Amino acid sequence: MNINLTILGQVISFAIFVWFCMKFVWPPLMAAMEERQKQIADGLSAADRAKVDLGLAHEKVAEQLREAKDQGAEIVDAANKRATQIVEEAKDQARVEADRIKLAAQAELEQEVARAKQALRTQVASIAIAGAEKILGSSIDKAANSEIVDQLAAEL
Amino acid sequence: MSSAELTSGEYIAHHLTNLTFGKKIDGTWGFAADGAEAAHMGFIALNVDTFGFSLGLGILFLYVFRKVAKNATTGVPGGLQNVIEMAVEFVDGNVKGMFHHKNTMIAPMGLTIFCWVLLMNVMDLIPVDFIPHTASLLGVPYLKVVPSTDVNITMGMALSIFLLVLFYSVKMKGLGGFAKELSMHPFGKWGLPANLFLELVNLIAKPISLGLRLFGNMYAGEMIFILIALLPFYVQWTLAVPWAIFHILIITLQAFIFMVLTIVYMAMAHDSHE
Repeated sequence: MNINLTILGQVISFAIFVWFCMKFVWPPLMAAMEERQKQIADGLSAADRAKVDLGLAHEKVAEQLREAKDQGAEIVDAANKRATQIVEEAKDQARVEADRIKLAAQAELEQEVARAKQALRTQVASIAIAGAEKILGSSIDKAANSEIVDQLAAEL
Repeated sequence: MSSAELTSGEYIAHHLTNLTFGKKIDGTWGFAADGAEAAHMGFIALNVDTFGFSLGLGILFLYVFRKVAKNATTGVPGGLQNVIEMAVEFVDGNVKGMFHHKNTMIAPMGLTIFCWVLLMNVMDLIPVDFIPHTASLLGVPYLKVVPSTDVNITMGMALSIFLLVLFYSVKMKGLGGFAKELSMHPFGKWGLPANLFLELVNLIAKPISLGLRLFGNMYAGEMIFILIALLPFYVQWTLAVPWAIFHILIITLQAFIFMVLTIVYMAMAHDSHE
C-alpha cells in the first residue's frame, strides 16, 4: 500500500503505451475502417446509380421500340403510296399509248381512204373516158379532154 | 484456502502484500520479507508484481492491437479484427461525443486507457490463489496479481492525466488564461482567495478521485474474493460465481469510467470559458 517508484514506472509506461497506440495502432485501424466505410458508401451509391441507369435504359428501349414501330408504319405507308403511284403511272402510260395507237390507226385509215378515193377517182375517170369513147364512137383526143376529165375526177 | 499454517488474518494480509524490491532494513537490496519491511523501504522501491503484470498486460494489448492494425483489411473483417474495431469505434464514438477540439492524441489515449485498465481489472477474475500459490511454490513470497488493486498503478495513470490536464490547460489558454480560470471563478475578482482555494481543490480532486475510484473498486472486489476464498471449498462457488459475474460489470464499468473521465478532463482543459 506504499507509494513508491512503481507510480513513476507506471507514468512512464503509460506515456510510452499512449505514444505507441497513437503512432502504430490507431491510424491503421482508423484508416481501414474509414476506407471500408467509403467502399460501402460507394457501393450503395453505385447501386443507386445502376438502378437509375436501369430505369433510363428501360425508357430508352421503350422509346426506340416506339420509334421503330413508327418507322415501320411510315415505310409501309410510303410503299403503299408508291405502289398506287406506279399503278397510276402505268395506267396513264397505257392510256397515252392507246391514244397514240388509235391516232396512228385513224391516220392510216384516213390515208387508206384517201388513197382508195384517189384510185377510185382515176379508175372512174378512165371508165368515164372509155364510156364516152364508146358513146362518141371515136377516140377522143386524150390530151385535149384530159383537162375536163381531171376536173370531173376532182369533183368526184 | 485457509491452510493450517495460516490464520485468516495472515491469509488476507498475505494476499494484499506486494512483492516489493528495495533497500531492506539491514541495508542490503532485495525483496521485502513482509509488509512492514516494504513500508520501511520508502519511495525508492518497486512493486515488482503489479508493475510487471501491468507492463505485461499493456504490452499484450499493444501487441494484439498492433498485429490486427498491421493486417487490417478494408474488406470483411475477421473475428478478432471485428472485436478490435468494435472497441476502437466505441472509444472513437465516446471521444467524438465529449471532446470537440482538434487533438489526435485523445482518442488513442482513451483506447489505451480503456483496454489497459480493462485487462488489469480482468486479472481479478482469475481465482485468487491460482497465480500467487503457484508463485509461492516457485519460491516467490508475495504476489499481487491485479495491478489495479495497487494504488501506485491507478494513481500513476491519474497522475499522468493530471499532468496532461495542466499541460493542455496552459497550452490552450496560456499561463495567464489558466491562472485567470483558477482565480476569477466563481465569485469574480473580489473573491479571489476563495476562488483560488475552490478551484485548486477542484483541480486536485480530479486526479485523486480518478485514481482512488478505480483503486477502491478493484481493491474492494479483490477483498471480497479473498474473503470468499476463506470459506470451505464446497460452498465457495455459491458466492464466488455470482460475485464474479457481477464483477464483470464492475470491471468494464470502471475501465469505461476511467476512460470517460479522462476524456472529460481533457475536454475541460481544452475548453476556455471566455
